[in-house]
Amino acid sequence: MTETLTIGKALNLGLRRAMEDDAKVVLMGEDIGRLGGVFRITDGLQKDFGEDRVVDTPLAEAGILGTAVGLAMRGYRPVCEIQFDGFVFPAYNQIVTQVAKIHARSRGRLPMPIVIRIPFGGGIGAVEHHSESPEAYFAHTPGLKVVAVSNPVDAYWGIQQAIAHPDPVVFLEPKRRYWEKAEVDTDATPGPLFASRVLRGGDDVTLLAYGPMVKTALQAAEAAAEEGRSIEVVDLRTLSPLDLEPVFDSVRRTGRCVVVHEAAVTLGLGAEIAARVTETCFHSLEAPVLRVGGYDTPYPPSKLEEEYLPDLDRVLDAVDRSMGF
Amino acid sequence: MQLLTPEGERIQHPDHPLDVSAEELRGLYRDLVLVRRWDVEATALQRQGELGIWASLLGQEAAQIGAGRAMADTDTAFPTYREHGVAWTRGVDPLHVISLFRGVDNGGWDPVATGFNLYTVVIGAQTLHATGYAMGLQRDGAESAALAFLGDGATSQGEVNEAMIWAASFSAPVVFFCQNNQYAISVPLERQSRVPLYQRAAGFGFPGVRVDGNDVLAVLAVTRSALAAAREGQGPTFIEAFTYRMGAHTTSDDPTRYRLASELEEWKLRDPIARVKAYLSRTGVADAAFFDAVEAEGDELAARIRSGTVGMPDPPGTAMFDRVYAEQTPHLAAQQAEFEAYQASFEGAGH
Repeated sequence: MTETLTIGKALNLGLRRAMEDDAKVVLMGEDIGRLGGVFRITDGLQKDFGEDRVVDTPLAEAGILGTAVGLAMRGYRPVCEIQFDGFVFPAYNQIVTQVAKIHARSRGRLPMPIVIRIPFGGGIGAVEHHSESPEAYFAHTPGLKVVAVSNPVDAYWGIQQAIAHPDPVVFLEPKRRYWEKAEVDTDATPGPLFASRVLRGGDDVTLLAYGPMVKTALQAAEAAAEEGRSIEVVDLRTLSPLDLEPVFDSVRRTGRCVVVHEAAVTLGLGAEIAARVTETCFHSLEAPVLRVGGYDTPYPPSKLEEEYLPDLDRVLDAVDRSMGF
Repeated sequence: MQLLTPEGERIQHPDHPLDVSAEELRGLYRDLVLVRRWDVEATALQRQGELGIWASLLGQEAAQIGAGRAMADTDTAFPTYREHGVAWTRGVDPLHVISLFRGVDNGGWDPVATGFNLYTVVIGAQTLHATGYAMGLQRDGAESAALAFLGDGATSQGEVNEAMIWAASFSAPVVFFCQNNQYAISVPLERQSRVPLYQRAAGFGFPGVRVDGNDVLAVLAVTRSALAAAREGQGPTFIEAFTYRMGAHTTSDDPTRYRLASELEEWKLRDPIARVKAYLSRTGVADAAFFDAVEAEGDELAARIRSGTVGMPDPPGTAMFDRVYAEQTPHLAAQQAEFEAYQASFEGAGH
């Protein structure tokens, strides 16, 4: 069946289907029950699955993740909602020192099939701590897997795949794109979760993005095409492990690579990608790998976020610079 | 709460009647002596460079044996990194604990088969795991409980407070067993709390009880009833086992810099093993032959620990890549292959 869904609704239906498929799936988070979550992603789920399956927790993020660890040890598959990206840090200890390591420490005796859902990124005019991009912290931690979705199809299938996956998955949802719509075939066979995808073919520059920046990258490619430039756009989708083989193939043809993300540029994911592309495609490169990202400042007050976030022009400017080498 | 005085006098407590057979009493004595012997041997092995570090339980034997022996087979313990005595009661091989401190692995025992979870070094993190696990027991309708171990210092951690809030809010079948050994490394209890620790439980809405942590019978009785209450759906209990760490926090620190010798002397008079021995002797529950046999068993255990430690092989290098993920990533698999090729390049080159 094909339905037109927003990312938010696709997540809601994906969660519902995962809960129907596996009675061990338990949703945990602040305000996710009667309210349906501050973004309404869990809307109606507590009504249908009950308070034991959709748990309104006390307001304590370490508690959500720490008890999820215990539930996972008991055979459950907890799906933890962190209300906003900036609030994940109280739970950071549990995620990094416990969730990420217990499988290895127990030599596989204690699986940790936990999903940590985080609405991430800026652009919604929120106050501080509500617009951050913490992905590099998690991608830097062995034992975790990290994905970022950019569209309703990946949201619908990705959340189900993350929940069914045996390893802990940090699942990043681009909050400013929650209302973007697309057709979703709910009977389709989904592709793999941990794989990047070429969204648009091109010959001049390879443009990489994930999560909220994918739409911006596609718009930039569109605008560049009007000026006669052919941009290939890759949606990374998986941030840990990175799936860079399609990127290497692309860069070997285009000779140019630009990485876009909202997170601060220094030591961000773009740095890792630039290093690996350079190591692997050195002889094909016509220009250094360029990065477009947030400035190395705390996320600014919302009146300045338009300036902070990479937009069409900054992406196009990087494309120009790449072409200028 | 006390059932056996430091002089070895048995006393009764109206709320905690305890029936222990002669055989059980002898068993408890044996446990206490053997875990102390294990601890002494491990401390010596660390001093001789065979272990990277050791966290001694000296002085806390009764708290650990009492709590461990109070558990049913189907209960699960969530230890810190000092619960060697509890590990002993769960049938964990001492060498599986020692391998952790030798740096061979992260603890060689099976946490599922033994009902004794991995050691947790990050202070207090395991109290949340115990609570979540207890919520799972509750959902499954299992008549079992989780026993979370923590120290006095851990009560300052936010996560421990969150665990107690969760446990109370969901009425989870979890017992918090705090060994108040008076010091968080060097920082005394006065810097952690203005009230006796057991009184904090009232603020979370469940019972708190203080027990003489050097009295194995009292610890056994109190923990047994708290676990029974948890299994029966009455929710959590906080137990403060009032005890003293006779040794250093770990072999890396020097307690003479932060505590007075007189304090140590005072606590020596409350030794957890001496009082049981006095009681067993006075009542005729055990004779000299029994004490000699336990000593001999201790000698054998110590010898086994020593030879097992010294003879413990280093893990293969590839072990660090094992089980990082349930589903290995292509990137890590490539790194492992690179590592193996690098190692292989030395073979036959005298390395």
